[in-house]
Amino acid sequence: MSLYAVQKLIYQLNRDPAVRRRHDEDLDGLLAEYELTPEEQRAIRAPDIGLLYVMGVNGQLLMHYAALRGYEWDRYIEAMKAGERQYGPVRTGLYSRADDRS
Amino acid sequence: MSLVFAGVCSHAPGITGRKHRADPTVRDAFYAAYERMRGAIEAQRPEALVVVGAEHFANFFMNNMPSICVGMSDAYEGPIEDEEWLGIRRCRVPGLADLSQRLIEDVMQDVDLAYAQEWKFDHGIMVPLSFLTPRYDLPVIPVNINCQGPPLIPLHRCYEFGRALRRACDRAPERIALIGTGGISHWPATPDSGKINEKWDRAFLQRFLANARDELLAYRDADVWREAGQGGLEIRTFIAVAGATQGCTGDLWFYAPIPIFAVGCTIAVMNLGKTV
Repeated sequence: MSLYAVQKLIYQLNRDPAVRRRHDEDLDGLLAEYELTPEEQRAIRAPDIGLLYVMGVNGQLLMHYAALRGYEWDRYIEAMKAGERQYGPVRTGLYSRADDRS
Repeated sequence: MSLVFAGVCSHAPGITGRKHRADPTVRDAFYAAYERMRGAIEAQRPEALVVVGAEHFANFFMNNMPSICVGMSDAYEGPIEDEEWLGIRRCRVPGLADLSQRLIEDVMQDVDLAYAQEWKFDHGIMVPLSFLTPRYDLPVIPVNINCQGPPLIPLHRCYEFGRALRRACDRAPERIALIGTGGISHWPATPDSGKINEKWDRAFLQRFLANARDELLAYRDADVWREAGQGGLEIRTFIAVAGATQGCTGDLWFYAPIPIFAVGCTIAVMNLGKTV
């Protein structure tokens, strides 16, 4: 369920200005409302776009979150590639090549 | 009245958001095809435009994900994304709640639906509207088919939804235009962004334009995912239009891979075979 939680946080950040304000003003309090692993909390705080991609966050959520955190397009693409180099292949979700899709 | 127009088009956010980075020759030819589609829609004097799209976690999330949802409001707004990022100014888009409700009630005779009285359009609807109704003065009825968060509705149910939508449109007194917007092959928002399988796209378009129902419904998600990317799962929107135009063939007005737009850019129009 943890990927679900971190994706839900990003979904709400992307669409709700009030959640974005909380992100800026009370990040600890906001993160406490989601059941995030320590690794997910670190990835959000950094932000570590590459790690979030490897965790399995859907790109349709991640690209807007990356833009929100100041990543222009090429830097966003490069961050995902760097994440794969650093952390390995995508672990789960729609982009995981390890999932049984045969 | 009836369905007076049906077509499909691309909606990738780069089409407007990264327009300055595309080869201007192919970009402008693509934009001209949108313009031609705008003219064709306007020529039919529609009173509403049904947009069957595949939104991207703007309104719907895995906490409560409808397979198909239809908007039922007199007004919407969009884009939900950053205006500068998408290259489209935020605005109010008119709807027609009464017509929405009648269409929903009619479609529900055959296909289960969700409905939404709030809807913030993302690029999946706003990019097409920015070309097709640039003054945002034509009421829109948004339809979302979940193409992002599996489990996804099977293709044959998308086709049946299209058939039911067509029946509902034909029973309504209003003149209604329909566009589907999605894929085709692409790997959006991933490190593979810009990858496009043109051969796969052209094979799919051949089936779509022939309205070859059995061949369209023969696609399997695992194969689509592998050969056309996760964005290829958005063929559901095209297949709904195929269902809505069963028995009709279509014409391809534009197709070209534009990597910086991250999709094989497509404009196609179905021949409804009637004069009105």
